[in-house]
Amino acid sequence: MDLLTPGIIRRVWKPLVFGACLVPAAELALGAFGIAGFGLGANPVETLLHGLGKWGLNFLLITLSVTPLSWIVRAAWPIRFRRMLGLFSFAYLTMHFLVYLILDQGLAWSFILEDIGERPYITVGMAALALMLPLALTSTRRAMRRLKRRWTALHKLIYPIAILAVWHFWWQVKQDWREPLIYALVLALLLGSRLIRRQRLRHRAEQSRAHRGPAIGLRRGQTRTLI
Amino acid sequence: MLIRRPSDIRPSEITDKDLYLTRRRFLRGAAATAGVLIAGGLDSRLAFARGERLADVNKTAYGKGETPNSYEDVTTYNNFYEFGTGKSDPSRNAGDFNPSPWSVRVSGEAEVTGEFTLEDILAPHALEERIYRLRCVEAWSMVIPWVGFPLGDLLKRFRPLSSARYVEFRTLYDPKRMPGQRWPVLDWPYVEGLRIDEAVHPLTLMAVGVYGEVLPNQNGAPMRLVVPWKYGFKSIKSIDKIIFRESPPKSSWMKAAPNEYGFYANVNPEVDHPRWSQKRERRIGAGVFDSKVPTKKFNGYGEQVASLYSGMDLARHF
Repeated sequence: MDLLTPGIIRRVWKPLVFGACLVPAAELALGAFGIAGFGLGANPVETLLHGLGKWGLNFLLITLSVTPLSWIVRAAWPIRFRRMLGLFSFAYLTMHFLVYLILDQGLAWSFILEDIGERPYITVGMAALALMLPLALTSTRRAMRRLKRRWTALHKLIYPIAILAVWHFWWQVKQDWREPLIYALVLALLLGSRLIRRQRLRHRAEQSRAHRGPAIGLRRGQTRTLI
Repeated sequence: MLIRRPSDIRPSEITDKDLYLTRRRFLRGAAATAGVLIAGGLDSRLAFARGERLADVNKTAYGKGETPNSYEDVTTYNNFYEFGTGKSDPSRNAGDFNPSPWSVRVSGEAEVTGEFTLEDILAPHALEERIYRLRCVEAWSMVIPWVGFPLGDLLKRFRPLSSARYVEFRTLYDPKRMPGQRWPVLDWPYVEGLRIDEAVHPLTLMAVGVYGEVLPNQNGAPMRLVVPWKYGFKSIKSIDKIIFRESPPKSSWMKAAPNEYGFYANVNPEVDHPRWSQKRERRIGAGVFDSKVPTKKFNGYGEQVASLYSGMDLARHF
């Protein structure tokens, strides 16, 4: 029995994944209210800030691994989860930003503006979130239809966004860069796999063209130019 | 910076008369004290077990009116990279660390040098409780009731030479017992230092306890510095070496990021960390919706310590 038909994905898998994506937020919420033995530790604002930021980044990398996963499994079903995962990343990062604004900075705008202008890691983080906003707004089917090819081009923004986000993480750690390094390596793997695939597809296309065309004087892999 | 002319007075002449001890007598005296303690079995001060109450702690007026953070905050939210770089790592990883027996190696520009047991070090000092504010360079702060004695009283016993302008402190280096040292996140062992006048300033404390109890491992057992007007990283933990020096030692943090951490590291809202603001601080223990509070220059101890830095450009000597 095929458990990955569009209908089962919509009715069974998506609600399950949706619930799983809420777990980190639920844990923080339980901690914030001190329910069921959960807590946020001695510095609750920091726990919220870092917890939400890290999960936003986790979901961002998970979103970016959807496409490579579909190559591996040679199926399109992973793509059906991509929008939801991307929106969860945006939701966590928005909460991260709100915790920064409201709880960390206490809406003290002079300090916030100073932070944005003078602290590069905050500038970088804000830029990443700002770039995410149009992607979240155009995540509907309607926007997709209306923007057509431009939608794909616009959503390629996720690559620089991910780079900025990992950079933001790296830049704010005091000294121990082991954890941001892991994130950077995973991101490099995810972006690198796309480059390699593109290269390979291009190569293959050229090869088939070379076979088809009047390949006189044209070696394999050589690009044909129109004069 | 403040450059002092070398003193014409011989170091021994400025040493307190009652501290006119040769090293031999120093040791004999300490041994005798220890002997009395063991024989009498009365003083539990030297038996370092976790959570053990310290006897004969004199209360002081330091920090009157301040509300200390909870014991839990003080002992679970720590920066002690020797046991991991997360705030809760030290309390989770330092449980098995046994700071006993402990000895301290004293060397450099002093008349009395050598290896001393912790018991020797502590024997003559009366313990006092002082409630100090602690301001971390990461822009959070706590209020902590330390138990200890003035560092100057200890340093005097080694009879520093006039050439001893600085004191270097080192944390124990033992990757087997301090798992955080297995990764070079900092240049181990942890090194910190003070100018000698900072070291003998009456506010500078050598702490052996907190909340009336023996210092928990995660707080720097058995013995740590507390320099309340400087960022927390200056208050080096689990000290096993004291070196009197002519020139300023290079601290671990100075080596790690020289543009971010300087030798002085005085709390100063006017000089931001290159990556974050130092103008305000989050009080640990405050409510989630409480805003940050403004940071005070020298962490509010300016009246006592500002004169140490008169004429110095603190933006340059950060």
